[in-house]
Amino acid sequence: MITVFIFLAVLLLITLGVAAYETYMERKVAAFMQDRIGPDRAGPFGILQPLADGGKMFMKEDFVPANANRWLYFLGPAIAMTTALLTGVVIPWGGTLTIGDFTMNMQAADPEIGILYVFAMVSIGVYGIMLGGWASNNKFALLGAIRAASQMVSYELAMGLSIVALVLHTGTLSLGGIVDQQLDGLWNVVYQPLGFLLFIVCAFAECNRAPFDLAECETELVGGYHTEFSSMKLGFYLFAEYVNMFISSAVMATLFFGGYDIPFFDQAGRTEWWVTALGTGMFFGKIVFFIFVFMWIRWTLPRFRYDQLMNLGWKKLIPLAILNILLTGGWYHLKPYIFK
Amino acid sequence: MIYLFYLFATISVISALFVVAAKSPVNSVISLIVCFLSIAGHYILLNAQFLAMVHIIVYTGAIMVLFLFVIMLLNLNKSTEPQKSLITRIAAVAAGGLFLLTLLGAIKNGIGIATPGGYDGGIGLVKSVGMSLFTDFLVPFELSSVLFLSAIIGAVMLGKKESTAKQMATGDSAYAGLNQAEHIVR
Repeated sequence: MITVFIFLAVLLLITLGVAAYETYMERKVAAFMQDRIGPDRAGPFGILQPLADGGKMFMKEDFVPANANRWLYFLGPAIAMTTALLTGVVIPWGGTLTIGDFTMNMQAADPEIGILYVFAMVSIGVYGIMLGGWASNNKFALLGAIRAASQMVSYELAMGLSIVALVLHTGTLSLGGIVDQQLDGLWNVVYQPLGFLLFIVCAFAECNRAPFDLAECETELVGGYHTEFSSMKLGFYLFAEYVNMFISSAVMATLFFGGYDIPFFDQAGRTEWWVTALGTGMFFGKIVFFIFVFMWIRWTLPRFRYDQLMNLGWKKLIPLAILNILLTGGWYHLKPYIFK
Repeated sequence: MIYLFYLFATISVISALFVVAAKSPVNSVISLIVCFLSIAGHYILLNAQFLAMVHIIVYTGAIMVLFLFVIMLLNLNKSTEPQKSLITRIAAVAAGGLFLLTLLGAIKNGIGIATPGGYDGGIGLVKSVGMSLFTDFLVPFELSSVLFLSAIIGAVMLGKKESTAKQMATGDSAYAGLNQAEHIVR
């Protein structure tokens, strides 16, 4: 019990640390894409930039606009941050760690409904944006909040449907179980390429990241749902986006890219500490790669128009996801007849 | 465990009371969300994990978002709230009281009835829920899915009518999309 709490505390710190350094990485990647240098003043290679940013956020005046609903204005960023952090609990960060007599599972909890838990947290996360945007009593914030909410609810459907096909293949909803299957065999992306494509597109939309960042579209809505937020409340919103990016990269790596599986190395059943450590390192490597993809896409593709976004979600992604389910289901239904 | 039950029960009752008592509709919706979350907690205590998560995803994550949506778009507040006449209020109280009486009677008769075949701790897990849905309750399950299909088609028809009548603004089409979302999620 104690080890689980310590593990969760470490996980919290790592998540926040990764999110902080994602901001640095984002700037560096953007600079690289645009042939600039990027931040290089704070520390060597600008490595202390996130600390400087965080310090600045804390020092700014915490302003509450007139006629704002103070209680909800406070609650919005809190919900956004909390739900973003809660998802990491069910993700298997590694195998079983054994040092001498001490053993620890690198997953805080492995409920039977792991994927559904992730979805539940994502669906609660909408409230952070909606309540914050509404409570700040600003029309741009309200428009941003409404855009964000309708976008997230629409893309949640396609995301859920793309997962249904994956679940048909794995036969379990537990994230630990899904990784265990991939330790022996091929990664799920081989069996579900279309599912992965749908999932990653929906993940961009769920994180409100470019090219789907219409909720905070500067050219139309000033700052979108966080127009009126300042100081660390704004910091929480921005931070929650980076935490979401980290967690959705972790979920993608878990579901489709073998989680902590090390390619070309049979680690099933091995609990030496170095195997586990290597697996966890591998997992973080995959996560960093997906985070890079998030940034890559952001600095490559222009923003969608709002009706294009809704058309893509409802008229393309959902039919494709249903087709994927039919194909997967049909394959598993007909397989016994074809290969007798 | 029993402390957790009391905690969730207290939260459910207080938040449910607050849903009715709150003056601002947004506060009502938020306390209803809290109530749903605490009910999901009850489900987890009963080891009905699947039901708990689906409850959060569907009710908390989809339907309440739509409630909040409508309230935010209409900007409802106390001054625009319609005042009910005295007779309506008395009728509502009487109807609610009768319903409470029925519920109390049902609960009183239900105390001590054992689950047929003994209690099975795994009854709320995905596997057993799926098995019973697709074997014992297949026909009702399929019929209800046909019902939802008709609801989806109805929503699409309503959305289409508006868009042909006049070009919809972006926000409106998003809203129509959300209507469909609710039906599909249900």
